[in-house]
Amino acid sequence: MDYGFTTAAYVVAAVLFILSLGGLSNQESAKRAVWYGIVGMALAVFATLVGPGSGLWLLSLLLIAGGGLIGHYVAQRVQMTEMPQLVAAMHSLVGLAAVFVGYNAHFEVLNVAEMFAVSDASKDVLFTGLGGFAKLIAKKTPAEVSILHVELFLGIFIGAITFTGSVVAYGKLAGKVTSAATKLPGGHALNAAAAGLSLICLIWYTASGGFFPLFLMTLAALFIGYHLIMGIGGADMPVVVSMLNSYSGWAAAAIGFSLGNDLLIVVGALVGSSGAILSYIMCKAMNRHFVSVILGGFGGPQGEQMAVEGEQIAIEADGVAAALNDADSIVIIPGYGMAVAQAQQSVSELVRKLRAKGKNVRFAIHPVAGRLPGHMNVLLAEAKVPYDIVLEMDEINDDFPETDVAIVIGSNDIVNPAAQEDPNSPIAGMPVLECWKAKQVFVSKRGQGTGYSGIENPLFFKENTRMFYGDAKQSLDKLLPMID
Amino acid sequence: MKIGTPKEKYEGENRVAMTPDSAVQLQKLGYVCLIEKGAGAAAGFSDATYEAAGVTVIKTAAALWKEADIVAKVRQPDATELKRLTKGKTLISFFNPAGNEEGMEAAKAKGANVIAMEMVPRISRAQKMDALSSMANIAGYRAVIEAGNNFGRFFTGQVTAAGKVPPAKVLIVGAGVAGLAAIGTSTSLGAITYAFDVRPEVAEQVESMGAEFVYLDFEEDQQDGAATGGYASVQSDEFREAQLAKFRELAPEMDIVITTALIPNREAPELWTKDMVEAMKPGSVIVDLAAEKGGNCKLTVADEKIVTDNGVTIIGYTDFPSRMAAQSSSLYATNIRHMMTDLTPEKDGQINHDMEDDVIRGATVTHEGEITFPPPPPKVQAIAAQKKPEVKELTPEEKKAQEIAAFKAQTKQQFTLLGVGGALMLLVGLVAPASFMQHFIVFVLAIFVGFQVIWGVAHSLHTPLMAITNAISSIIIVGALMQIGSGSFLVILLAALSVFMAGINIFGGFLVTRRMLAMFQKS
Repeated sequence: MDYGFTTAAYVVAAVLFILSLGGLSNQESAKRAVWYGIVGMALAVFATLVGPGSGLWLLSLLLIAGGGLIGHYVAQRVQMTEMPQLVAAMHSLVGLAAVFVGYNAHFEVLNVAEMFAVSDASKDVLFTGLGGFAKLIAKKTPAEVSILHVELFLGIFIGAITFTGSVVAYGKLAGKVTSAATKLPGGHALNAAAAGLSLICLIWYTASGGFFPLFLMTLAALFIGYHLIMGIGGADMPVVVSMLNSYSGWAAAAIGFSLGNDLLIVVGALVGSSGAILSYIMCKAMNRHFVSVILGGFGGPQGEQMAVEGEQIAIEADGVAAALNDADSIVIIPGYGMAVAQAQQSVSELVRKLRAKGKNVRFAIHPVAGRLPGHMNVLLAEAKVPYDIVLEMDEINDDFPETDVAIVIGSNDIVNPAAQEDPNSPIAGMPVLECWKAKQVFVSKRGQGTGYSGIENPLFFKENTRMFYGDAKQSLDKLLPMID
Repeated sequence: MKIGTPKEKYEGENRVAMTPDSAVQLQKLGYVCLIEKGAGAAAGFSDATYEAAGVTVIKTAAALWKEADIVAKVRQPDATELKRLTKGKTLISFFNPAGNEEGMEAAKAKGANVIAMEMVPRISRAQKMDALSSMANIAGYRAVIEAGNNFGRFFTGQVTAAGKVPPAKVLIVGAGVAGLAAIGTSTSLGAITYAFDVRPEVAEQVESMGAEFVYLDFEEDQQDGAATGGYASVQSDEFREAQLAKFRELAPEMDIVITTALIPNREAPELWTKDMVEAMKPGSVIVDLAAEKGGNCKLTVADEKIVTDNGVTIIGYTDFPSRMAAQSSSLYATNIRHMMTDLTPEKDGQINHDMEDDVIRGATVTHEGEITFPPPPPKVQAIAAQKKPEVKELTPEEKKAQEIAAFKAQTKQQFTLLGVGGALMLLVGLVAPASFMQHFIVFVLAIFVGFQVIWGVAHSLHTPLMAITNAISSIIIVGALMQIGSGSFLVILLAALSVFMAGINIFGGFLVTRRMLAMFQKS
C-alpha cells in the first residue's frame, strides 16, 4: 500500500471525527455520533497498520486488543459518579503516550543522523533499511530538522504536564489526594522557575539536539503538571479536567507536526479546541478568569463583605413532604453533594412520584455543578430522569418566581445570592440559580458549613428557606414514603 | 441563679412578667423562679398555680428584690424599685431609655445591668423576644373591640327583615404591627376596612389582610422602610399636606378611625385634625393608639374616653394590653423567656451577658456600671431593601445606535485579531520551511472547524463530549504505530507501551460514551 490510500483513509477518518463531535448537539443524534467516532478510529488504525512505515503489526494488534480488554472492563464497571476520575485517568494515558512518542521521534532523529554520519553510501540504499518514520526524517533539510526539534519538544512538554496533572486530578477526584489547594513553599515562583528552565532547555536542545536538555525539560514539565494541579481546589476541577482535555489534544497536535501526520494534527486541534471551549464555558459560569482558576485560589476579598445575619431554620422530613404535597411546580437543584451521597436514584424516585401526581417537576443545572462539565446530567440520566425536564440555568432562571418549592440538594456556591447582592463578595457577578425567588426553598445539606469557596451563603438565612439537614440520600429516603 | 417577678406597682397595670407556663420553661434553663404574692392575680394566675409550676411565692416586694438575681417585670421601674437594684443584678423590663435619663443614671450608679425590652432590634432572629410587637398586636385587636363597644351599629352589613344595615367603614392609619392586627380584626368582623401607611411597600401586606390600601397622588422619592429598620420616619411638608387632604376627603365617610402612627423617640404626628373630627358623622368612634405620645388626634385625652360636641367618641386609653392581661401576660412572659434563652446559651442557669450579640447588645441600656444607650446600629437590616429602579426602556433609536456601536467594536476587534494573526503567520512563513506551513494550514483550519462544531454541543452532553474527545485523542496511537517498526529496541518498547495505553483509551472512551448516551431518555 502506498501513501495515497493512507492519506485518503485519513481524510475520511478526520471527517468522521468532526461529524462525531458535531453529532453531540442533541441526545438523539449523539447516539449515532459515537459510531462515527468508532468507525473513524478503526479506519485510522487500519490505514496506519497497512500503510507505509509500520511493522510488527501482530504485536501491535495484540497490544491494542490487550488495551481494549482493559478499556472495556473499566468502561463497564465504572460508576457514573466516578466519571470525573475516569476521564482524568484517561487523559493521563494520552499525556504519557504523547511523551513516549515524542521521545521515540527524538531517538529516530538521532539514529538517522548517526547513520548518515558513519556511512557515505547513497541515501537511497540506506532508506531501504529504515522504518517508515525514519525515512521521513531522512528526507528533511537541516531547517526542517530544527523545526522538528521544536515540535517534538512542545509535544513532550505538553504531554508531560498533562500526564502528572491528570494523575493529580485523578487523585483529587477519587479522594486519594486531599482536594484542598496545597502548594509547596515558593508557590507560583516554583512553576515559573520550572517553565523558565524548560525555555532554556528548548534553546539548548534546538542548538545541540542532545538527549539531556530534553530529559531535563521533561522533569520540569512533570513537576509543573503536579504542582499546578495540586494548587487547585476540588470545586475548580471542572475547569481543570477540561483544560487537561484540551492539553491532551494540543500534545497530540504537536506530535502530529513532528511526525508530519495530518490526521494527528487535525484530531489534536479538534480535541484541543473542544477542551478550550469547555474551560471557557466553565470559567464564564464561575465568573472568573481562566488564569485565576489555573493559578489557584480566589482573589482576596475586595472589601468588607456583607455580614449575614439571621437564623438557619431547620425542618424535618414531614414538613418538606407537606410542602411538596401542596406544591404544583417544583424545581430541584442538584450539586456535587448529590453525587457524593449517591442520591440520584432517590431523587429520581421522588421525581417519579411527584410527576405521577401531575406536578410540574424540573431540574435546574448550573454549568459548574459537580466536578466535570455536564456531570449532573449524566448522573440524572443514569437514574432514568428524562432529559427534557433537566434544564440549563438560562432556561429556568426566569421561572423561579412562579415556582412553589425549590429543593437544593448538595449545592452551595451556585445558589448563593451574595453573587448578585454583595459587590464585595469573592463570587460577585458569578451567574447563579436564583432559587430564593421561589415561594419556598428547602436545602438538603449535611451541616452548617460554608461551601467550597468558604463564603457564607445568605440563602440559608432567608425567611423562605428551611434547612433539611442530613445526608442527602438518607434525607430523601425518609421523605419518599411521606409523599402521597 | 434566681429569677423573680414582683407585682406591678403602676396603677391599673394588670399584666405580669412571669406566668406558670413560662416559669416551667425558665426552670428548664436552670433557673429558680420566684414571684411576689398576688403578682399574677390581676391577670388570672393565682399563687396556687404558680406554686404548682414550682415557683416560690414570696410575701413582699422588698424580699423578692433582695433575693432575685434577675428581676423581670413589665412597666418601667419607679424610684423605689430602682433603689432596690444592686450591683450585678439584672433587670429585664420596659424602660423607655430615650425618656428616662434618671432611670439609667440610677441603674448605672447601682452597677446593675438593665435590658430594655423595647430596645430589642427588629431582626428576624429577635422576633421571638420583640415585646413591642406582641403588645402592639394585642393593642390593635383591642382597639377594634373597644371601638365596637362604643359604636352603636353593626360592623358587618346585613339585609334583615327589619331593614338593611350598611356595613361600617373603618380607616386604620399606620400599618405597623398594631395596624395590621387591627385590620385583621376589623375585616373579620365584616367591616369595610381601609388602611394607610407612609411606607408604600406595606400595601401588599395590607391587601393580604383584606383591607384596601389608600394611595396618595404624590410624586416624591418614596420612603424606603428598610433604611429605618422597618419603622416610619418623619415626612416632608408636601407629603404631609397630600396625606391630610386625603384624610379630609375620607373623614365624612368613616365610621371608625383607628390611628396607630408612631415615630420612634418622637411625639406622635398629628394626622387627624380637629376639622376632620368635626366632619365625621355623630356616633363615629376614633381610637387613638398613639395617645401615650400625645395622640395622632389633638383632641385625644390620654387614658380617657371623651365625646365631642358633634357626637364623636374619642378613645385615648393607653393600657390596651393591660385590658387583656391574661393574653398579654402570657405573650410578654414568653418574650422574656426567649430573652433568657438567648442570655443562657449553656442552659446552666447562669447569665452570659454577651455584648457581641446584636440582639442582647441592642437591648442592653446599662451594663457593668456604664450606660450603653443608644446602641450601635445592628449589623444587618431586617427588611428587604426596596427594589432598585427598573432599567429604563431604550428608545428604538438608542437601541439601534447601541447595536451599531457594538457591531463596530466587534468589527474592529476582528480586524485587529486578523491583522495580528496574519502578521504572525507571515513571520512564521518567513522562517519556517514549506513542509511545515502545509501542516500548519491544516492545523489552523482544524481549530476553526473545532470551534464551530463544539459551540453547538448541548450543555447536558458535556461529559459524553469529554469522554469521546478522550477516545479520539488516542489518535496518538497512529504515531506510535508508525514508530513501532523501527530498528531500535528502546523505540519499539516505548512505542509498544504507547499503543497499549492508547488502546485502553480508545475502547474505554468509546464504550463509556456509549453507555452514558444510552442512559439519556426522553420522558
